[in-house]
Amino acid sequence: MTVAVLGIDWQTLADAIGLGAIYALMAVGIGLVFGVLRLVNFAYGQLVMAGAYALAFASERGWPVSVGIVLCFAVVLALSALMDQIVFRPLRGQSPAVMLVATFAVAFLLQSIALLWFGPLGKISASLATLNQPVTISGVDIRKIAIVATVLAAGCLLLLVVLLGRTRVGLHMRAAAMDFRTAELLGVRAGRVIGAAVLISGLLAAVVAVMLTVQTPLVTPDFALRDTILVLAGVVLGGMNRLVPATLGGFAIGFASGLLGGALPTDQSQYLPSFLFAAVILVLLVRPGGLFTREGQQAVERV
Amino acid sequence: MRRVDPVLQLLGPIALIGIAALVGMIVSTSAETYVINALVNVAIVVALYVFIGNSGVLSFGHISFVAVGAWAAGVLSMPVEEKPAIMPHLASLLRDHTLGNVWSLALAAAVGAAYALVVGLPLMRLSGLGAGIATFGVLEITHNVLRYWEKIGPGLNTFSAVPETTGLLQASLGAMLAVVVAFAYRRSRFGRLLGATREDATAARAVGVSVYRQRLIAFVLSGTLAGFAGGLYVHLLPVNTESVYLDLTFITLAMLVIGGATSLWGAVVGALAVSAVDSFLAEAESGIHVFGQSLDLPAGTRIVVVGALMALVLILRPAGLTGGRELAFRQRRPLRVLTKFAK
Repeated sequence: MTVAVLGIDWQTLADAIGLGAIYALMAVGIGLVFGVLRLVNFAYGQLVMAGAYALAFASERGWPVSVGIVLCFAVVLALSALMDQIVFRPLRGQSPAVMLVATFAVAFLLQSIALLWFGPLGKISASLATLNQPVTISGVDIRKIAIVATVLAAGCLLLLVVLLGRTRVGLHMRAAAMDFRTAELLGVRAGRVIGAAVLISGLLAAVVAVMLTVQTPLVTPDFALRDTILVLAGVVLGGMNRLVPATLGGFAIGFASGLLGGALPTDQSQYLPSFLFAAVILVLLVRPGGLFTREGQQAVERV
Repeated sequence: MRRVDPVLQLLGPIALIGIAALVGMIVSTSAETYVINALVNVAIVVALYVFIGNSGVLSFGHISFVAVGAWAAGVLSMPVEEKPAIMPHLASLLRDHTLGNVWSLALAAAVGAAYALVVGLPLMRLSGLGAGIATFGVLEITHNVLRYWEKIGPGLNTFSAVPETTGLLQASLGAMLAVVVAFAYRRSRFGRLLGATREDATAARAVGVSVYRQRLIAFVLSGTLAGFAGGLYVHLLPVNTESVYLDLTFITLAMLVIGGATSLWGAVVGALAVSAVDSFLAEAESGIHVFGQSLDLPAGTRIVVVGALMALVLILRPAGLTGGRELAFRQRRPLRVLTKFAK
């Protein structure tokens, strides 16, 4: 059973939605930190990579899945807090471009530490491999991970909406994202808001690590690097300054990537990155403020 | 003193390149390769400086111009009889013609310029993060196309068989040429106008400077130099798509930032300093003896150290080792806005 258009079948569609959901979570992780710190974290993918190594580490020793996941969360959160203390804090007040270059350096640093530590060949994280098997829903085979990823991402996003919309910390974070100085003057505690953003962003990275290792069980030092580059492009494309457009941008690029990857014939699918980035550049030129932002929200100035 | 300063600003970097070349002449053959590599890096980083340093706009895409330069020079200077083995699907025009060393370098520069013009015409409207992501996109597209389009090059293969003409002489002359061009540009009307847009885009626009046009001019010039450096690079060692991609982007940006992005002196100092550290560590990875101690570092230490250095410099001294200043007899009051990148 296939959809007639472009030879996209339901399996591809489900996978694309699953990938979009994972990218949306990464986009939120990057967008939250950008909101309060004005810092584009290029090293976000390396948090995911560290989590994936933790999972592989546990899986190689035959530890139960739950222990592996706990270890993954612990490693990612610790690294995330460390990154904030050592790198983000001294960089506060620099321009976004300087911070982007700095986190670019941190990304390479962490990647080469992983290379030193674990070698270039990679480790297998197989404990959740059963999620790769398909389930049959009304005659259509869909991989379980696509469903799990979509549901999990939707749940996380829902929790986040509640947190941002209904709690005090959420209110403070939104205020800080809009105007940090004014928010501070009105009694929002900078340290706590930044801490919360870094914590949530770390939690999301751990969730993403768990789901990405199901899709790609081979964990190498450049694990999640490709994905981060795509998500960053998606976030800028959607609109960096607001969380919802950034998330939509992340979803869009994941969905487009999954769909094109499935729909393009094999001899063209090797040019997939070119198609994607050409689209990104095109959108940036037409709407530099973001695809999903309304007029008047665009903070970007063209020259 | 003021009249002497411009002379010093040109001769300082040139002298430094000369000293590096002299060092290359007296050391062993294996160490000479490191020096030549460092000099090619100087050419690439100076190319980066012409755009990033003068405009304050970030570009992750300049290694694309190095790549197309390397492709142009590599494809056309490989001996005709070697081509079918390495590049079996090459278009007939490229397959049947061969260029000499100098012409292939000129072609590399021209191709770099043309590509930078095509890319820059639309992209120079962007600034800040948009520019960063879009230039990254250019790098991804270039890497992707060069990797799979076998009509224009070796695809996944490596440029072996290209004449290795980039010795100490060609590398130091090439680096000096890049420095002279960058210096002349900086002193020209265009360089000064672009510098003004970096310090205050609004004020520059108010006195009638077209930010777009000035950035485009610098982008094309810097693409020309990057293409030329790519030509030098392919004549130095067997290049493939992976050697002109993320790692080179990272290390050259690190050199520029560590040296001090806003000055030519900083670009040259950064390129040579980081190359020195990098070569030392590369040697140490294969085991050397220092001060009677045997030092044997695991593979991959290089990037850890360079990455840590770059992060440290950005955190502790955001204007770089030279403070982003040109060489001068009299230390002037440090500029406050030196690290300013366009927001």
